[in-house]
Amino acid sequence: MNIELRQPDVAQKSRLKIIDVDIHPKSSVEDLRPYLSNRWWDHLHTYGSRQRQGFLKGFPYPKSQPQASRRDSWPPGGGLPASDLDFMKKQYLDFYPIEYAIMNPLSPTGQGDQNDEFSAAMAFAANEFQIEGWNRRDSRLLASVVVPYEDGEASRTEIRRRAGDRRFAHVLLRSRTCELMGKKRYWPIYEAAIEAGLPVGVHVFGTSGRPASNTGWPSFYIEDMTEHAACCQAQVVSLITEGVFERYPELKIVMIEAGFGWMPSLGWRLDKTWKRLKDEVPHLRKAPSEYLRQHIWVSTQPMEEAEEPEHLIDMMDWVGWDHIMFSTDYPHWDFDDPFVALPPTLDDKRRAQIFSGNARALYRLD
Amino acid sequence: MSGHVVAAVDEIPPGTRKLVEVEGRAIVVFNLGGDFFALTNRCPHRGGSLYHGIQTGLVQSKEPGEYCYSRPGEMVKCPWHGWEFDIRTGKSWCDPGRVRVRQYPVSVRQGTELVEGPYVAESFPVRVENNYVVVEA
Repeated sequence: MNIELRQPDVAQKSRLKIIDVDIHPKSSVEDLRPYLSNRWWDHLHTYGSRQRQGFLKGFPYPKSQPQASRRDSWPPGGGLPASDLDFMKKQYLDFYPIEYAIMNPLSPTGQGDQNDEFSAAMAFAANEFQIEGWNRRDSRLLASVVVPYEDGEASRTEIRRRAGDRRFAHVLLRSRTCELMGKKRYWPIYEAAIEAGLPVGVHVFGTSGRPASNTGWPSFYIEDMTEHAACCQAQVVSLITEGVFERYPELKIVMIEAGFGWMPSLGWRLDKTWKRLKDEVPHLRKAPSEYLRQHIWVSTQPMEEAEEPEHLIDMMDWVGWDHIMFSTDYPHWDFDDPFVALPPTLDDKRRAQIFSGNARALYRLD
Repeated sequence: MSGHVVAAVDEIPPGTRKLVEVEGRAIVVFNLGGDFFALTNRCPHRGGSLYHGIQTGLVQSKEPGEYCYSRPGEMVKCPWHGWEFDIRTGKSWCDPGRVRVRQYPVSVRQGTELVEGPYVAESFPVRVENNYVVVEA
């Protein structure tokens, strides 16, 4: 059978509901114009953004497809992938049974910019546009609180501005921060997120100013793609060992697009080492893996594809069935199709948890 | 299986492809330098539409530092995750033993044969003076 014929049928008949925790509607800098002051608009056009990377334009690593997007996601009427709501409805929002989809804007957002004030102004504009440009037109599209994360206090201000607005699902960071995420400079973000009752989503990518690896600049896109697991491990270890979860027991972190196959081995390694080095980190009151499983949620895409599907199930079991949330990454090239992405052997209960139950609970979407 | 007339030969010049539907199945017909091939329009990995993929060449390397680029345009690359398939065989480049796209036999027939034979023209009249692409499905 052809997928084109099968899917609308399944979408209509099935009671399946999907809460997708990672999509990327695209905005342009012109879209942000109404929400930027003249001062920052002029700044943007005079000086441009200052990402923490050596190339003023473009990415520090190659991409495999234009705009890193599915080649069939370019709207027929023109514009970038996921910039046209009508086409996005046809290809994604209405094509699949999407109940909610969380927008994680990656650019233009000003995140990680060297200029803190500019970063804050861009984050504000990106948040306004998520509401005015997307959520108002389709309430299934939930926003992320984009924060200028290298400036903790400015981030706190932006989170407080959005506190109580249920159209925002979580606070959004990118994984390649300037310093490790457990460091004090980022604590205001965690405090404000808890105050606002929001989880903190960490989406892979960003530019830290350092190579993706910790020993030099990789040559290939495949290295960039694979390294996210290493970067996210370092971030999670930092959050745990700096005692962030002891200080902020209500903090909930969502690792987005980072996979999760690395989590069990990280937990085992941490626990083993912790038993020998407890006196170095006396502020940890329990085994590191317990913080990991209690405070970290993961999104599914891009799942590791094990030779034996049962191995994937074992890894999910370790992560925790209530901490795994479905994501597609629409419109990006490594998109996961909801109808075929999950291992076929998953039972209905777990399938429902992953497709919507866990996100509904975490984001309080009832 | 029966033969289905899916296009006039002129409609699919060398280097291009056409998406057709045969008995409810979406099929992509490729013309590689005059040879026609038909693959199901569904990537066996996760279901991407191969019609929307780019056609590319085969890059191989016998050893690091050496490469060989051959067969330009004869591989189709899935628009989603980039899996590559040999248009001539339907076999995937990264796992040819296990993963392949379903292939359908294709032939070019003269209009004179078709108007009398057991063929089905999907959406257009067949004229005796032309040549047509026929997919067996």
